[in-house]
Amino acid sequence: MHEFLAQLVNGISLGGIYALIAIGYTMVYGIAELINFAHGDVYTLGTFVALAIFGALGISGELHGIALVVDSGLALIGAAVCCGLIGMAMERLAYRRLRNAPRLAPLITAIGVSFILQNLMQLWKGSAPIPFPAVLPNPRFDLGPVSITAQQIAVVALAVAAMFALQIVVTRTRTGAAMRAVAQDRQAASLMGVDVDRTIAITFLIAGLLAGVGGFVSGVYYQSTWFLNGFSAGLKAFTAAVLGGIGNIAGAMLGGFLIGIIESFATWLIGGQWSNVTVFAILILVLVLKPSGLLGERVPEKV
Amino acid sequence: MVYAIAAIVIAFAVAIDRVRTKRTKLLLLAGLAVLLAVAPRLGGSDASVNALVDIGIYVVLALGLNVVVGFAGLLDLGYAAFFAIGAYTYAMLASPQFGLHLPFWVLLFLAAALASLCGIVLGAPTLRLRGDYLAIVTLGFGEIVPQVFQNLTKYTGGPNGIGALDVPTFFGIPFGQSALPYYYVTLAAIALTLLLTNNLRASRLGRAWMAIREDQLAAAHAGIDTTRSKLAAFALGASFSGFAGVIFAAKLSLVSPDLFQFQVSVLVVSMLVLGGMGNIPGVVVGAVLLGLLNGTVLPQLDTIATDVLHVHADLTQASFLIYGVILVGLMLFRPEGLLPDRERRAEMHAAPNEVV
Repeated sequence: MHEFLAQLVNGISLGGIYALIAIGYTMVYGIAELINFAHGDVYTLGTFVALAIFGALGISGELHGIALVVDSGLALIGAAVCCGLIGMAMERLAYRRLRNAPRLAPLITAIGVSFILQNLMQLWKGSAPIPFPAVLPNPRFDLGPVSITAQQIAVVALAVAAMFALQIVVTRTRTGAAMRAVAQDRQAASLMGVDVDRTIAITFLIAGLLAGVGGFVSGVYYQSTWFLNGFSAGLKAFTAAVLGGIGNIAGAMLGGFLIGIIESFATWLIGGQWSNVTVFAILILVLVLKPSGLLGERVPEKV
Repeated sequence: MVYAIAAIVIAFAVAIDRVRTKRTKLLLLAGLAVLLAVAPRLGGSDASVNALVDIGIYVVLALGLNVVVGFAGLLDLGYAAFFAIGAYTYAMLASPQFGLHLPFWVLLFLAAALASLCGIVLGAPTLRLRGDYLAIVTLGFGEIVPQVFQNLTKYTGGPNGIGALDVPTFFGIPFGQSALPYYYVTLAAIALTLLLTNNLRASRLGRAWMAIREDQLAAAHAGIDTTRSKLAAFALGASFSGFAGVIFAAKLSLVSPDLFQFQVSVLVVSMLVLGGMGNIPGVVVGAVLLGLLNGTVLPQLDTIATDVLHVHADLTQASFLIYGVILVGLMLFRPEGLLPDRERRAEMHAAPNEVV
């Protein structure tokens, strides 16, 4: 029972990170009908940028009090903004021209962009795993049978806060309304005076911001990263988005937490070396059995 | 020598692509075959023959994937998985691993059959999915296969893989250490692949693939069994990959999971994109160009940079940057590739309001 709860807590923290990435996949897919393959690498870039900011501030160990708030705030915002801008740049330079191209063209482009980002990060920091400073003091809190670390609380709190902010943007603002309109019918939205290009650009910006937050959080949580980190994290997050129902933001959050929990239990029960296999097997099963996901609607293929 | 032969192959491929009559094409192809057959006799080190074999294996892979991606329009991002299945088939059945020593020639075809069987098992439930989902499923499969080989340490040697594979024999004569026998095997494999894929293209099935690629709904309404045709493309494409895997494993005398990562699948897709999906001469050109870049040009540039310019450069580390730029650049500016397929080009340049 102890182990069960401990793994559950682990899975939820892990899931918070996947959920942050999965939202980016799902939003971009919902609005631009593109699997932004490079999204996982944007997330890794977030960790790298946060690392660089900590490096520039000369931070290599635990932070306390006001320094904790200001310095990690700086790293968080820096990572998020940088990833948001990269996302927008990607859309502008690589994807926008292909919006009306056959479906596979933008996907192939996205793989190319992913390779470029991965390789640039590899050239920047090398191929070996890179340590991330343990900035967060990490006391344990014992809640009955289960103990939770401060990092786990921070991960989940940040993830939930970011999702909450996103929900407000999407449901309460004009931009959010425009996004929903473009997702539903791009042409009709454009006829109603929605600036489609701008809306899609903002979607990429938001997806990037969240990936950046995810990157920062994962750095703090794992205290290590490497240039290929985003490849499997991105695939798992994509699985989460599909599991939740692609295009559905709440679904991506749910899927993210579920995948995190599943991965953590797979690691516990059948061994860490099988966790990736388990997640990808789930991806294949979901796509085969219920391609619309848990919360998605059945969308017939457009002709 | 590697450069000279690559240039000759590219020149012939372009010529074959350009000439109209079938007879001229065949004549050119025969000429190329003779040239390639005598080429290693005209000098060149074993290392350069080895480099040519590597390029040749990429040509087989690219031609095989072309059936799936180019002909049928299904983006397969897990093609390396079938390559791994072929290679491990040889490694497990022709090595001290289990004390089994089946002949190379039998395993070539057994591996091809096994790979296509895996293609069917994966394809049957997933081919109903729309294109981009299918791509991700194949990617997931491509991740699972090497991971499973890595995890089943008892049977596959785990991360270290299986070594000391049998040296193939030809009527009792062992291949030995030289790369030359593999050169001729690869050449024969390319010839066979060219023959099969070219015939497939013109067949009833090939026309069905083209119809599906252009408009699946219309194809279905014209009476084409789309799922079955797609499955055939998947299985046939996979078989070439399994076939190539055996040659690859036998030459290297070693298999390990890290040889079959996602990057291999994307490299082969890049070859198709660069050369021109669907067009056989184009695919050969793409495979030769990127195979050359991957195996010969980048390592040599590294040596030149270190020895002559005295700067430490590691351009092989930047290879994926280069593939990435090739993929993005081509998709943006010349989506049909260097030597495009006529129908494919028309699709890529369809009027925007035609394609949703």
